[in-house]
Amino acid sequence: MTLPRSDSWELGGREWSSRLIAGTGGFRSLEQMESALAASGAEIVTVALRRIDPDAKGSVLDLLDRLGLFALPNTAGCFTARDAVRTAQLAREAFGTDWIKLEVIGDDRTLYPDAVELLDAAETLVGDGFTVLPYTNDDPILARRLEEAGCAAVMPLGSPIGSGAGIRNPYNVAIIAERAAVPVVLDAGIGTASDAALAMELGCDAVMAASSIFGAEDPTAMARALRGAVEAGSAARRAGRIPRRTHAEASTPDEGLPELS
Amino acid sequence: MRIELNGEQRELPQGATVADAVRASGAEDRGRGVAAALDGEVVPRSEWERIPLAEGRSVEVLAAIQGGAADANDFVVARSRGVRR
Repeated sequence: MTLPRSDSWELGGREWSSRLIAGTGGFRSLEQMESALAASGAEIVTVALRRIDPDAKGSVLDLLDRLGLFALPNTAGCFTARDAVRTAQLAREAFGTDWIKLEVIGDDRTLYPDAVELLDAAETLVGDGFTVLPYTNDDPILARRLEEAGCAAVMPLGSPIGSGAGIRNPYNVAIIAERAAVPVVLDAGIGTASDAALAMELGCDAVMAASSIFGAEDPTAMARALRGAVEAGSAARRAGRIPRRTHAEASTPDEGLPELS
Repeated sequence: MRIELNGEQRELPQGATVADAVRASGAEDRGRGVAAALDGEVVPRSEWERIPLAEGRSVEVLAAIQGGAADANDFVVARSRGVRR
């Protein structure tokens, strides 16, 4: 499916043509990652920082550079504002970017954001000159507070990370999208193409997908499907859907019906 | 002198700097994508050669890895130092 290139959007003062952000974790090989990322059409991909592994084969950054992708570091695995801020500072040093996908999680089981620590970290990092993209709950008030703190976007979850359970509270996501003056990126919970399309139809500006791609039987094919879904959902949103009704509304006129009985 | 390098005890010569610890970690050939922390504080790359180490200090050398789903299983600086609530 081909859509006009005009469906670009702005994030952090830069213009992007793809509304799909992809994770780079979980792939079985760098080759598989490369194939899936190419199929996704994503321009922004997330990376993480961990203790160096001297035996690691191939550098993920070299590959992303070669593919011309923007590596967005995250603070995955941080439980406190203090840890997240420190990880962001290390990421800035390692990647030479002040963009950070801020994740401050509350516990291992749900991986839900810790709202209090998240807002604290966001305020500190914005003050330190970072372009902060926070992974947040589907809470319109928290989203507003993050926006007021100076975050460059808000990234509400659809459902728990890796759950593939889709968007469990579409009303909240729609409220967040309706009220936000910064881009809204649906983060976490995407299971398949329809979830990504729904996110866009609800008014999100973009979708982040990780587990749904690398965990699919055919990651490259799923990446391609999500790309199409994001484009279709965005197009449908712009097209303006019909209102939902309880009863039927005929689309064929009654005039000119023949008398046949 | 003995330091802690990425959680392991390592012996480095007297006068060693953060740059020596980075090399000892196996990061020698990597440019972009590597960051170092000394006792939890970020050390800018431009200061690696200048900042001396001392007995018992802790160095973390981190590198870019594939990430996306919050993989909370293998952790770094943060969890080893942070107060977990």
